[in-house]
Amino acid sequence: MKSIKPIAKIADIKKLKLIANQIRQDIITSLVSAGSGHSAGPLGMADVFTALYFRVLNHNPHYPFWSERDIFVLSNGHICPGLYATMANAGYFPRSELKTLRHFGTRLQGHPHRTALPGLETTSGPLGSGLSQASGMAYALIMDKKKSRVYCMMSDGEQEAGNTWEGAMFAGRNKLHNLTAIMDRNNIQIDGHTEDIMPLEPIADKYRAFNWHVIDVDGNNIHAIIDACDEAKTIFEKPTLIIAHNIPGKGVSFMENEYEWHGKPPTAEQGKIALAELKVWRENIIRNRD
Amino acid sequence: MGLIISKAYLVSNLLSKDIKRIDTRNGYGRGLVKAGEKNKNVVVLCADLTESTRSLWFKEKFPDRFIQLGVAEQNLATVASGLAAMGKIPFISSYAVFSPGRNNEQIRTTISYNSWDSKPGKEINVKIGGAHAGISVGPDGATHQALEDVGLMRLQPGMVVLVPCDDIEAEKATIAAAEHPGPVYIRFGRAAYPQITTPKTPFKIGRIEEFRSGSDCTIIANGPLVYEALMAAEKLKKEIDCQVLNCCSVKPLDGQALLQAVSKTGCVVTAEEHQIQGGLGGAVAEFLSENYPVPIKRIGVRDRFGESGTHEELFKAFGLTTEDIIKAVRSVVRMKRR
Repeated sequence: MKSIKPIAKIADIKKLKLIANQIRQDIITSLVSAGSGHSAGPLGMADVFTALYFRVLNHNPHYPFWSERDIFVLSNGHICPGLYATMANAGYFPRSELKTLRHFGTRLQGHPHRTALPGLETTSGPLGSGLSQASGMAYALIMDKKKSRVYCMMSDGEQEAGNTWEGAMFAGRNKLHNLTAIMDRNNIQIDGHTEDIMPLEPIADKYRAFNWHVIDVDGNNIHAIIDACDEAKTIFEKPTLIIAHNIPGKGVSFMENEYEWHGKPPTAEQGKIALAELKVWRENIIRNRD
Repeated sequence: MGLIISKAYLVSNLLSKDIKRIDTRNGYGRGLVKAGEKNKNVVVLCADLTESTRSLWFKEKFPDRFIQLGVAEQNLATVASGLAAMGKIPFISSYAVFSPGRNNEQIRTTISYNSWDSKPGKEINVKIGGAHAGISVGPDGATHQALEDVGLMRLQPGMVVLVPCDDIEAEKATIAAAEHPGPVYIRFGRAAYPQITTPKTPFKIGRIEEFRSGSDCTIIANGPLVYEALMAAEKLKKEIDCQVLNCCSVKPLDGQALLQAVSKTGCVVTAEEHQIQGGLGGAVAEFLSENYPVPIKRIGVRDRFGESGTHEELFKAFGLTTEDIIKAVRSVVRMKRR
């Protein structure tokens, strides 16, 4: 068997910004085609997705089951339009397939199903169970003395679920240093703002009390996200939580910071406006005016 | 004239009062150790019930492959899912009311559905050991008496559901579960049940085993009710010739064996330590009503919760004794003759 290597990592931040912009455009296109689904979360986390799949993760889209790969677990399955757009841009499947999102017979199920699409590491959607699954994976990798790392993206809303804290306690107790959790901290959930529904703060202190290393970052700053992931690799005593403070709906003016956009897609007309705004942003990135 | 099937290799003192009584969970404990010896990927997870689920025996032998979760059954299922995704074969041990009771959705999403349509070798190989199921856990009362767990697990696509009749069968079921690709639920009671089978008794996932032949009525049972069914058949032998089938594998259900049986006897009594809906009785009634309708009576708990008491008091109060099976057999045979 020939040896498999991870795909080359992109060092140039400008290139990464352009990829994130393309991912945002693809999110809009797929959501318009789907006619249902979540908009704000995927757009807000596009920079984190980009940093992970194009710079941080050791992976190879041509060999999704490569045994030495890093593992990415999406706990908040509802933001899968962001994951799908990222995986398509990374080369896991053709970008044209993104338009099948949520359609009958698609590999891009409304919430991700592990066995439907090579490269998905788990089935998710019901909130609160991804951190535990990622912890189980990290535990198994340590048992087998493997160097792979596990990255788990989770929402802020699912910090309200008890299962999340069972997972946090387990990861802290077992010093799962190969586990990096990234929280989509956009302060919104379906019914409103997290701090109105069920306040989470001081969330960093809570994780620290569970024996985690915690880093707060600007979740829309690709450079900062990469730095935080690098820092996590230097912590050997604890799992790391990166709290990615981000603007939900980032890049589309009428969606930004509006919780109403948590769980609905743009109409065809709104999609056109969104794409036009994202294209302007793209030009600005090219001209270093972003 | 009905006889104990010689190829079932049941114990020779089946009808004797001094038949050995052993905790079914002991078979789980021994099975875990044997499965662990056979395959280094077998790991055991427990939620603060290490001794009473007999997971302790595995922990003592393989301390590095035992994982303590504390009182956190949702975590028990989801951590196991993650371990399985990395190629481990986790057995998760708790009481059935907690697992698969409390963590039912986690089992559904992160184990059963997560394993659904897997490529061979990529299944989510989590095995769920549900201990202290049924009312025989006795004095602990209804909060700890799982009577719906078989139904919960039967409803999940791809889940295998096993209800062993004694510790010997439990050991075989545990080893078979480790070798089966995909999720499996194995259920045990708390009480010490008569050890009716031997290591030579046939066992296979998806198979019904005939323990006694008979031509007038089929009694199909699992768990502790297999012994009661054999006792009922013996007491009825001069009056009604009863066949006794052991149905450890509630899912997949051995439809062929069922059809073969009822086409000869023409009526059925099911017997289990579970609600009459959803478990063995439900499964048999559903299958036969679609494929070969015959009179059926179901022995089990009838849409109520349990309560504190001794195992014997509760079996009597809830209608799970040899005498209850005898009454049901007489009644179903009368229905057949109408």
